[in-house]
Amino acid sequence: MQTMNSTSQQNQTPPLSIRNLWVEYSVERGLVKAVRGINLDLRPEESLALIGESGCGKTTLALSLIRLLVKAATITQGTITYRRDGQELDILSLNSRELRRFRWRECAMVFQSALNAFNPVLRIRDQIYDTARAHGVTSREETHQRALELLEHVQLDPKRVINAYPHELSGGMRQRVLLAMSLLLDPQVLILDEPTTALDILTQRTIIDLLRRLKAELGFSMMFISHDLATAAELADRVATMYAGNIVELGSVADIFYHPTHPYTLGLIRAVPTVTGDFEELASIPGSPPDLIDPPSGCKFHPRCTYATERCRVEEPKLEPVLGIGHTVACFHHDLVEQDTESLAKNHSHTTRKNTL
Amino acid sequence: MSEYLIEAKNLVRRFGSRRERVTAVDGVSFGIREGEVVCLVGESGCGKTTTGKMVAGLLKPTEGQVSYAGEEIWGEGGKKGDGFKSYRLKVQIIHQDPYASLNPSHTVFKILSAPLLHHKLVNSRAEAMDRVVSLLGTVGLGPVEEFITKYPHQLSGGQRQRVSVARALTVNPKVIVADEAVSMVDVSIRVSLLNILTNLKREFGVTYLFITHDLAIAKFFAWEGRIAVMYIGSIVEFATTPQLISDPRHPYTKALLSAIPEADPELTRRKQRFELRSQDIPSLLDLPTGCLFHPRCPLFEKGLCDVKRPELTPIGGGRFVACHIAAREAGRS
Repeated sequence: MQTMNSTSQQNQTPPLSIRNLWVEYSVERGLVKAVRGINLDLRPEESLALIGESGCGKTTLALSLIRLLVKAATITQGTITYRRDGQELDILSLNSRELRRFRWRECAMVFQSALNAFNPVLRIRDQIYDTARAHGVTSREETHQRALELLEHVQLDPKRVINAYPHELSGGMRQRVLLAMSLLLDPQVLILDEPTTALDILTQRTIIDLLRRLKAELGFSMMFISHDLATAAELADRVATMYAGNIVELGSVADIFYHPTHPYTLGLIRAVPTVTGDFEELASIPGSPPDLIDPPSGCKFHPRCTYATERCRVEEPKLEPVLGIGHTVACFHHDLVEQDTESLAKNHSHTTRKNTL
Repeated sequence: MSEYLIEAKNLVRRFGSRRERVTAVDGVSFGIREGEVVCLVGESGCGKTTTGKMVAGLLKPTEGQVSYAGEEIWGEGGKKGDGFKSYRLKVQIIHQDPYASLNPSHTVFKILSAPLLHHKLVNSRAEAMDRVVSLLGTVGLGPVEEFITKYPHQLSGGQRQRVSVARALTVNPKVIVADEAVSMVDVSIRVSLLNILTNLKREFGVTYLFITHDLAIAKFFAWEGRIAVMYIGSIVEFATTPQLISDPRHPYTKALLSAIPEADPELTRRKQRFELRSQDIPSLLDLPTGCLFHPRCPLFEKGLCDVKRPELTPIGGGRFVACHIAAREAGRS
């Protein structure tokens, strides 16, 4: 399959649609409701960030998309629809052969730990060839050429790297090889789990710049998971905040960072310092993340929320539109939060202006 | 007596066999005043943890000396000096990984009471209990009765790290070496942990050596203190936090600050990059000549930077930089 023309895709339907997805893990203590009724579209050529803290279900959601969940996990409800060239695939009903065709060719995933993703006793070229063969490409020569091209693309010395063993490469180089491998079969969707975590600052910068460039050149859609708000601020077109297995706010990167309307999103932003600029007071979110086996009633965030009222304890809010294009939030008190974030937006335009002088 | 409570003098630490030897820390000197926060910042492998361990007395320097209130902690021939045991009581370390630093088979009470009983800081179990209860209160773990009987696996990452902080506090230390103490904790919990550490400084005058790779966290925690930036085993820049953040002088510091993504979309996308000549970090087994940063440095001057290794030089205003070019420019202005 050839890379599609980038402009022709703009107005098309989303390549991935998730509807009312529920995922549970069965553990000794009971059922962990890791994903609870998520609805989400990944738009053509967009970069969507899933933010949230550990245990909020972001990795589970990503793994469900390529059906790589562990055995203890069950998708109890929902649909995942994949679209390419006017055709639709129901991901949850694919058999293993169809899945094999879907993974990597249509939807590739880059995992969090770059070292563990490789077989330590195989050279890079063999890992690449194995991957290609597993997904139906038989010509060794063709794979080799494509691999050299991609390694060049991710700013590595192809001749040296292709013959290297994983341990001979640094963390940043391995991450780049993984990126190159994920693009081997020209997928339409790329899912990245914490693509820059555990990398050093300067390496992190290289990967971020590289991802941005590759996306512009190859025109894939990208969904990435990050607990680091800065990476999301840098790379995302849209941001989804996840809490306790659900999306609690979704909007453009500017809306989420400058006009957050969910108390949890606001809490996250207020908890993260920036390097540039004067000292800022930070605030932490009280309490700790909920137990997903026995989650709180009503809004799952209410025990930690300063805006919570009786209604929040009883009823769980659904995502509904607020001001801003495509900005939705699941909070009964988003008006109040919005008022409080006015000051945030003001402060920000102030500091950004100052910093660019 | 020196103006510093803790002083590291020309610390060197080598690892490895005779055949393959790496110098993880190569001539690091700095002092920390009583009640001050000094941050060691740098990328992985720069020697910041090794330096922290030497300051905490957990690792013997190959060369150099650590002194506390003017007294050297390593005696003749690298033997532990007379004051070593009391030094170890005065200086405590908080490790990075709360999943690895707590004994999984001990309850929170046992973890916290062990140092109290060992050092005979309490005379009975009842006294130990009182102390443990007050320590858990200090780090904000409650209800106390619930926590003392828990095992580490029953705690979240943030709660474990609070227990680590409480354990460091059992012996009423004067100095805390915090090695990436909040790096593994979720964002929402991080600030409250840092606030606990800041309160200890305000209330009990605790002095900190705070080690982190995260300059934003360093800036937040050490705003009134100083930051030392390390690169391949040496300090390349040392200045007060506001100076270092707003007006970095060493090209490596400039590169780091300009490369960090910020949690502000406009700001981060508009940031001016300070580009390096190369992204490759040199191997510790095959170090460059002259300035260790010269193969990557855009200010590189042939015949100077690749020949002579720059010393950490005072450039006025209480700040130091190890760069020929930056020192020269500071001299001019």
